[in-house]
Amino acid sequence: MTASTPNSGPVALPVTDFAVPGMRCAGCISKLENGLALNPGIANARVNFTTKRIAITHLPELTTPQLLAAIAETGFEAQPITDALGDSVRGEAQQLLKAMAVAGFAMMNIMLLSVSVWSGATGVTRDLFHWLSAMIALPTVFYSGQPFFRSAWSALRKRRTNMDVPISIGVTITTALSLYETFTHGPHAYFDGVVMLLFFLLTGRWLDAVMRNRTRDGVSALLKQTAAGAMVLKANGKTVWIDAKVLAPDMVMLVAAGERLGADGIVIEGISSFDLSLLTGESTAQSVIIGSKVHAGTMNLDAPVQVRVTAAGPDTAIADIARLMEQASQGKSLYVRVADRAARFYAPAVHTLAVLSFLGWMMAGAGWHESLLIAVAVLIITCPCALGLAVPAAQIVVVGALMKVGILVKDGSALERLAEVDMAMFDKTGTLTMGQPTPTNLEDANVEQKSVLLALARASRHPLSEGIRRALETDGIDAAKIDQVREVAGAGIYATANGHAVSLGRPDMEISHNGLASELQIQGHLPFAVHFSDQIRPQAAATLADLQCLGLTSSIISGDRAESVAPVARALGITAQTSMMPQDKLDAIARQKAAGHKVLMVGDGLNDGPALAAGYASIAPASASDAGQHAADMVFLGDALTPVAIAIRAARRTQEIVKQNFVLAIGYNLIAVPLAMCGIVTPLIAAAAMSGSSLIVVANALRLKGAAK
Amino acid sequence: MNGLALLIPVALGLGLTGLAAFFWSLKNGQFDDADGAALRILIDDEDRP
Repeated sequence: MTASTPNSGPVALPVTDFAVPGMRCAGCISKLENGLALNPGIANARVNFTTKRIAITHLPELTTPQLLAAIAETGFEAQPITDALGDSVRGEAQQLLKAMAVAGFAMMNIMLLSVSVWSGATGVTRDLFHWLSAMIALPTVFYSGQPFFRSAWSALRKRRTNMDVPISIGVTITTALSLYETFTHGPHAYFDGVVMLLFFLLTGRWLDAVMRNRTRDGVSALLKQTAAGAMVLKANGKTVWIDAKVLAPDMVMLVAAGERLGADGIVIEGISSFDLSLLTGESTAQSVIIGSKVHAGTMNLDAPVQVRVTAAGPDTAIADIARLMEQASQGKSLYVRVADRAARFYAPAVHTLAVLSFLGWMMAGAGWHESLLIAVAVLIITCPCALGLAVPAAQIVVVGALMKVGILVKDGSALERLAEVDMAMFDKTGTLTMGQPTPTNLEDANVEQKSVLLALARASRHPLSEGIRRALETDGIDAAKIDQVREVAGAGIYATANGHAVSLGRPDMEISHNGLASELQIQGHLPFAVHFSDQIRPQAAATLADLQCLGLTSSIISGDRAESVAPVARALGITAQTSMMPQDKLDAIARQKAAGHKVLMVGDGLNDGPALAAGYASIAPASASDAGQHAADMVFLGDALTPVAIAIRAARRTQEIVKQNFVLAIGYNLIAVPLAMCGIVTPLIAAAAMSGSSLIVVANALRLKGAAK
Repeated sequence: MNGLALLIPVALGLGLTGLAAFFWSLKNGQFDDADGAALRILIDDEDRP
């Protein structure tokens, strides 16, 4: 079944994890596992398809780059995984699952005993069954109740209250009273109710944790690596690769074309152009000469340059943005989830009712024992079973549905916030537009030109070549045969096709049109100039119209210059603010917030990071920078912009269902609580009511399955 | 009563066995890759030794 057996030697071999986002089918699993197992240095490779990861057990000599190369040989792209954080959260979900399993086991067995009590066991038999129930219930409450006790305790210590406070009080008092009943040979013990309550509540918690895990796995599989270091020129003329963390001012970095800078600095040799889109959102490359300032995270496009480091690590412009982001995200943590908001009203009400019925029956002349029994019945009946399931059940159904259409939601609170937004702000480059140059006039080229173009473009990794390659490959063009290919940095690709010299490169004369162009030369033919522009995402206009229907006003906040934003704004018919620094974007959102709006921020770049963190809710495309994806509440896959509208619709629909669930839960209480206060409720009625209301709530949540359409 | 003395321990024992089996499989990673398990059945690996 498995690809290979681990050959467990006397020494434990190191295991390295990689994310492989490209695996899609059973064939991929066997190709990866069997392919890697052929490598003599690799003892075992095990794919986890759910998380899109592979764990490789290998000899200690093999380094990470070597392993990456081995994976690349099997035809997959992989990234090393560095997050240690993911495991602790995964552990939390597993802890909840264990607690749930114990509660489920105990519930079934106590129910078995309770049914006999309900159907008329008396005397010694009933006492025996109560004792057995107690013996099962006590350890269960102790073990499975821990998540609630802990959370309630930490809330109380901060002088706050949450959903877990009434749960913990209810569980503790009911268990204690049932134990007393058992000692005194009483007729009613509520062990079944307590354990069932824990089981249903843990189910809700576990669903919530599973939802968060699944999405985080999805997001971390998408993360791309940015520059983790630089080639540094030593005084003796040798070069060494130095990690970004230990780069220091006055080191000289050699930056090849296509590489990202690891630190801020000044160009001391070479002429090139830099892609600043990560930092400013500007799509046009900026040319740099000796003495130009360049920033970490920007990409060198044309020719190798030498850069003297002026600031590294925490002093770079990128690190500033990271700090801004951290500050901005603090506002989000103040958001109170719907369930906790409900608990704020619910908990005091429940406790008051229980105390009132206790006092009422005492005054009416019942003994303290009977009054306490009735109060406990009220607590059990009102315990927020359905409330605890109402929110997570609805959210996990909708998150699953959204995931199917390519929208990853980070957590439930994101859905709740998204449902409330009334204004949308978009970044331009990479968000409303594709963020990559797309050729605009390829249809003017003849077949020969197209096939030569494709062959040349495939030989280069320049962004313009990539654009040509993508466009021609989707058109189904066959590449011409070329040989003697050589790439001259900063100039272009040169080769021969059918004995003629061909080249693709920088145009001889300056073509001012749109700024971006490259020129195809075929010996004996007129040169053909390919023009590029940054295309607007498919469905962008339709999505903005859709948002209008949903009551959201949209606008652009861009770091780009007015002249490049204007065409996009005009095409989409929305207003725009331009030339904004990250801080300006933050301020723009803060102004709308002060005016009472709840802003949805949609952006991708590092420069949008702070704004994404500050927005009431935020969405980023999967092509976004690391920082953007981390800061956003949701990530959508694919080119089209439609997921933004789909996500908002689904979020609103979820809120509707959650509200219905609350109404159902409260409606059930309106019927059951008076009965409990009158002292009519027996453990049997409590158990039936509790499971009945939970099932109804879950069934209602399942209606959300088709919400993401 | 004699029946109970036998049946209750049996019922509890069976339940506990199930619980222990679940804990064991959880600890051994049986639930780590639910989607992968569904796909692995399709892998045709007859040609392997």
